[in-house]
Amino acid sequence: MNDSTGQMTVQVWRGRGDDGDFASYEVPRRDSQTVLDVVSWVQQYADPSLSYRFACRVGMCGSCAMMVNGRPRWTCRTHVDKVAENGRLEIAPLRNLPVVKDLVVDMAPFFDKWIEAEGVFHPSATREDEIPRIDPESELRLTADQATECINCAVCYAACDVVSSNPDYLGPAALNRAWSLVNDEKDGARAARLDAVSGPGGCHNCHSHQSCVEYCPSELVPTASIAGLKRETTRRLLGLGRR
Amino acid sequence: MLDVRLYLLQRISALVMVPLVLGHIAVMIYAVQGGLSAAEILGRTSGSVFWALFYGLFVVAVSLHAAIGLRVIAYETLGLAGGGLRALTWGVGGILLAMGLYAVFAVVAA
Repeated sequence: MNDSTGQMTVQVWRGRGDDGDFASYEVPRRDSQTVLDVVSWVQQYADPSLSYRFACRVGMCGSCAMMVNGRPRWTCRTHVDKVAENGRLEIAPLRNLPVVKDLVVDMAPFFDKWIEAEGVFHPSATREDEIPRIDPESELRLTADQATECINCAVCYAACDVVSSNPDYLGPAALNRAWSLVNDEKDGARAARLDAVSGPGGCHNCHSHQSCVEYCPSELVPTASIAGLKRETTRRLLGLGRR
Repeated sequence: MLDVRLYLLQRISALVMVPLVLGHIAVMIYAVQGGLSAAEILGRTSGSVFWALFYGLFVVAVSLHAAIGLRVIAYETLGLAGGGLRALTWGVGGILLAMGLYAVFAVVAA
């Protein structure tokens, strides 16, 4: 696979909506070639009508996630060498989201669920108030820290089998975001957020398969966040107050 | 398809079942090893408040736990939702509860 002069055959999903099939392309191999490099080569040299998303190319923006050999990956930081199976590379749109065209999925359901999970900050003070001081070593701050750094790439959402089988399930990213805000002392909607993640699509539906943990490119642990939400929602239901 | 209440009920029923399952298995092994006849077993359970509470609680916990667990499987695997899912949940829970309590009554009634 380190042959920088060879060719490889790549299967790329082509089609609109539910209709489509894999198309085969011969792509030149390069050293340190990423899956995004492969997709870009196809679009630039083989078929300019190929649709796909990317922006930063350095693993910050979260827009280039695709299924690579059946697994969700951030393609800009995924080397072909690491994921090709016997030289085979199959690139498809992210699982669990509606396909718009080719490798582009509609991210609306993913972000709608962020809102549904109250994954938005609710200020507890006005601009006239003094900014509260948060001790960076406090337990809440340290817990919140563990759930930040999500780049919204939807890799976890595509990896999650519960999302596949339960269309209402909010998914690992939205719940992870909700957990970081539950631990944000400046946020003023803790109760509403715990209620938002307690419904039929809420955190209690997680089966702890750990696929989100396995594939999260930022190495976050959404299942730990979900476990935290389960604990705090249970405490709220039992009237035990916050930990 | 679990909200926080169903989630908590399933966890609590599991907690209740752990010692009861162990007790149940211990009793079964004791009864078989000792070669107790049905009449001897009934002689010990009849009129016993302890065994009525032990197996009565067991039946309640099993009914709750199984109904909620099957509800999740039916929804996620078979796509059953709405009224059908509610009917399955209550139906399974109700049948297990009725059959279980009937059996408990049969062995503890004096």
